[in-house]
Amino acid sequence: MNIDPIQNGVVIDHITAGKGMRLLQLLKLDETDLSVALIKNVVSSKRGKKDIIKIDADIPVNLDLVAYVDPGATVNIIRGGQLVEKRQMEMPELLVDVIACKNPRCITSTEQELKQIFRLSDRKNKIYRCLYCETKAEK
Amino acid sequence: MKKRSVIDVLDLSVEELDQLVATANDIIAHPDDYAHACDRKKLATLFYEPSTRTRMSFEAAMYELGGHVISMAGANSSSAAKGESVADTAKTVSCYTDIIAIRHPKEGAALVAANNASIPVINAGDGGHCHPTQTLADLLTIYREKQTFSGLTIGVCGDLKFGRTVHSLLNAMSRYPDNKFVLISPEELKVPSYVKQDALKSKNLPYEQTTDLEAAMPKLDILYMTRVQRERFFNEEDYLRLKDSYILTPEKLRTAKSDLSILHPLPRVNEISVAIDDDPRAAYFKQVLNGKFMRMALILKLLKEAGTL
Ligand SMILES: [Zn+2]
Repeated sequence: MNIDPIQNGVVIDHITAGKGMRLLQLLKLDETDLSVALIKNVVSSKRGKKDIIKIDADIPVNLDLVAYVDPGATVNIIRGGQLVEKRQMEMPELLVDVIACKNPRCITSTEQELKQIFRLSDRKNKIYRCLYCETKAEK
Repeated sequence: MKKRSVIDVLDLSVEELDQLVATANDIIAHPDDYAHACDRKKLATLFYEPSTRTRMSFEAAMYELGGHVISMAGANSSSAAKGESVADTAKTVSCYTDIIAIRHPKEGAALVAANNASIPVINAGDGGHCHPTQTLADLLTIYREKQTFSGLTIGVCGDLKFGRTVHSLLNAMSRYPDNKFVLISPEELKVPSYVKQDALKSKNLPYEQTTDLEAAMPKLDILYMTRVQRERFFNEEDYLRLKDSYILTPEKLRTAKSDLSILHPLPRVNEISVAIDDDPRAAYFKQVLNGKFMRMALILKLLKEAGTL
């Protein structure tokens, strides 16, 4: 299966197979009018199957969100048909306004305009906790 | 000078805890030396839910340091009722006081206050999350009863699942060498695995889990009691079957060491029989007094660090 190479845009590559759709939704790409392709279960030489998202527009992508959902992904920026930037994801120390705390007893549930901040508390097990109430982020 | 707040007891290093205990002991020995330590300084108590004993302890602490107290009492009075945010209240109160003690039903509220205040903030309880000055009271009590934080067998009994004071105490005492821990609770209310992991397993500390308070009793140097609440059980039958096992009575104390210290964060309902109150091993009312001395030590420390004193 082939999708034409993009001239200016973003390719999110090496997404763990099966996580592409969720990432697409979290990045709200399902709500845009942009030309976006989700390619699922591509056979990759390195690690079996993977998903790929191609966005045919040079838009900013929330790298923290990508890193949170799938730290193994890479984000490639394409301009004029050329790869100009390749970014390996690294789990960020802080996730600011990426995910929301689900704990109803958390101050974020009542305090207006409070930023949703999650701190990486366990890098090995990829566990983020709410900065305020320390509740674990749901995966 | 850098403003410092205390949200969680783990915000304080072991050295700082030792210093606070030393200051509190010095206050107890020489109260007159501290009677004007905070002259003309003001403590704001922002209590968004009633907790009379904690508020009184903070207020007594500030008065004994020669300072003053301004209170925003009750969730249904003043700014809270008008819907002012914790962040805005913290900014406002920073303008006319020197230090804040905040109690709030929501978890993380004290951190929001600390992030927005220009003066030190002490967490006086944020929902079921943290209550560091309770743990300070517990620590001073252990120290004054045992003259050490090491080499102790510490039993915690009752609701070990939801009882955050227990989790904080385990975390705090696990930082000192050669302590052993006995976790005594019904199956339904065992210490959560993440607490065991953080406080005990990750440091390879010896601990045992049991449902049997009487069997554990002879080993203990410290017994920290908490309440087993009815609403924590799925059915009434289990509660009624179990509740008496975790009520401390003179009979259960028969096999205890003569120098055992019995602690409880209070208020109690019935989990310690009043018949024990006059036993020399009962330390829970001393614990209340110790809480005031540790709050004095903490207020002094934070005001000094902030450059206010
Ligand atoms: Zn939260």
